[in-house]
Amino acid sequence: MSATGGDALLRVEGLRTWFPIRRGLFQRTVGWVRAVDGVDLEVQPTRTLALVGESGCGKTTVGRSILRLVKAQEGRVWFDGVDLLRLPPRELRPYRRRLQVVFQDPGASLDPRMRIREAVAEGMRSFGIGGDEAERTRRVAGLLERVQLDPDQMGRYPHEFSGGQRQRICVARALATQPDLVICDEAVSALDVSIQAQIINLLRDLQRELGLAFLFITHDLRVVRYLADEVAVMYLGQIVERGATRRIFEDPQHPYTRGLLAAVPSVDPQRRSPPPQVLGDVPSPARPPPGCRFHNRCPEVFERCRREAPALYPSATGASRCFLSEGR
Amino acid sequence: MSPVLEVQGLVTSFPGDGDRVPVVDGIDLRIGSGEVLALVGESGCGKSVAALSCLRLVPRPGRIEAGRIAVDGRDILPLSVPEMRRVRGHEVSMIFQEPMTSLNPVTRVGDQVVEAIRLHERVSRAAARARTLELFRRVGIPDPEERLDAFPHQLSGGLKQRVVIAMALAAVPKLLIADEPTTALDVTIQAQILQLLRDLQREYRMAVWLITHDLGIVNELADRVAVMYAGRIVEEGSRLDVLAGAAHPYTRGLLRSMPARATPGERLAEIPGVVPPPDEWPAGCRFATRCERAFEPCSSEVPGPTDLSGSHRAWCHAVARERGA
Repeated sequence: MSATGGDALLRVEGLRTWFPIRRGLFQRTVGWVRAVDGVDLEVQPTRTLALVGESGCGKTTVGRSILRLVKAQEGRVWFDGVDLLRLPPRELRPYRRRLQVVFQDPGASLDPRMRIREAVAEGMRSFGIGGDEAERTRRVAGLLERVQLDPDQMGRYPHEFSGGQRQRICVARALATQPDLVICDEAVSALDVSIQAQIINLLRDLQRELGLAFLFITHDLRVVRYLADEVAVMYLGQIVERGATRRIFEDPQHPYTRGLLAAVPSVDPQRRSPPPQVLGDVPSPARPPPGCRFHNRCPEVFERCRREAPALYPSATGASRCFLSEGR
Repeated sequence: MSPVLEVQGLVTSFPGDGDRVPVVDGIDLRIGSGEVLALVGESGCGKSVAALSCLRLVPRPGRIEAGRIAVDGRDILPLSVPEMRRVRGHEVSMIFQEPMTSLNPVTRVGDQVVEAIRLHERVSRAAARARTLELFRRVGIPDPEERLDAFPHQLSGGLKQRVVIAMALAAVPKLLIADEPTTALDVTIQAQILQLLRDLQREYRMAVWLITHDLGIVNELADRVAVMYAGRIVEEGSRLDVLAGAAHPYTRGLLRSMPARATPGERLAEIPGVVPPPDEWPAGCRFATRCERAFEPCSSEVPGPTDLSGSHRAWCHAVARERGA
């Protein structure tokens, strides 16, 4: 953890979220999917941390555990100095107001029978923001304008909007409760590139204007490079590398990070990617390999990796969970 | 030598509120033997419908209205249903974004490839099974003997896509149409599948028609690129022509709006607005309503092609004016 850890807006410590695998008539637990298996991370106020990894690495479960949409077995989620995981639901509410989320699929996260005005005002009403309905309507208009939608359309339903417009509505809804931190779970991944650019610019403008912090959960490294201040790379439930965005992209330490970056299609017409170094599929998080979890796909594997699990070794510029980074 | 695929003036329509709406509106394409052509565009531009049209697989109520489609020099629009079935798979195969589009969930994957082989060739089951095993090896399926008897749900997304590729290769087609073949896959798996397509294309000297929204994948795989917007092709050229020397304002806008090409901290260039739905496509140049270079003729006249070099063309009034054409 950095020396300024005490100033972090969000600090996750030792987060462990396992899901039981149940079988048979009595639904006995026969195993565990170790979706999140000891994750530490920090988000500083007004900054963007990208949590990146491939499907099944647990990045989405980290976000859902922080929001208490799923129950974490272990760990602490400090938000502004309070452990959210240990708060009774009633005391959690003021913090939920300050902690909002935007998901990948704006179609699925908007109630199709709810007019846009209601969708955006819902959070304000439940947190008692904006006094009366007339005031809330004024605020909804302001929010829609802020996300570049026509406030005159607030009486419409979600299906009357395009995918990009629906994502703007979700952003407006998240902003309605005046949050400090917005968790963006693949928030721009499903959008066409011209629309994606619009939403990314919008998120950046909002961050600057409103002093928002983002936890940006995504598989899209091209967006991460552009948008994030810091990056945490996840593999099979654990963080394998952490550091400032530029350092991660210019000098990746962990072989998985290197493989991940090399796998991103090149957009430089003068250069095509070399043949991939990371082969095979991600193993099931129900049966992570012994030793280093990446050892069976690692181009630099050696004997020790098969027996022993590496720690997340800190360095001056971050941390890497690889024996090759030990004592560097 | 005739091209593997030649498309001229293809129009494919779907019913709109009143009249039928052409979602592919007069496109020309040519794919040479062993060539990789990428057709790139955003959702709704008509790129997938264009590809399905060339296999005569446009789902109802879609309909090919006009044009000529020739596979290896032979017109396919007049072909009978059984003749067309032979073209599919034998001369042209197609793989999709979602491998389950091509796989039967309740049949073992090996049997599905065996069936595909026996559909095109009179060979014994045993011989077809041996060929399947060989194909599974070739497309990089680990433990291929065991995987022959697996059901699709027992395989990861990447492995399913490899099975689909094996099936598409069953008859060694002259052209493989790959519609967003890696979009649903993780980035390390995507890199493996792209490498596989690259290797197979070389080894089988197969032409590939890649359909994608991702300019990075275009750069990785394509020899030539055609950019599609709102049912029409707006620019085409070699990979370098289009990615390093784009002329059409839409292509340039797409390239500039990519986070991968932007400098962190600098604002991304945006293309304002959204792609209009097909029944609201403007007259004249369809990009005119979103174009920063639009001027008088753009809203009324459909732009013709401007030759920029032997291999590079753009359909844009502003480009034509600049070139003094």
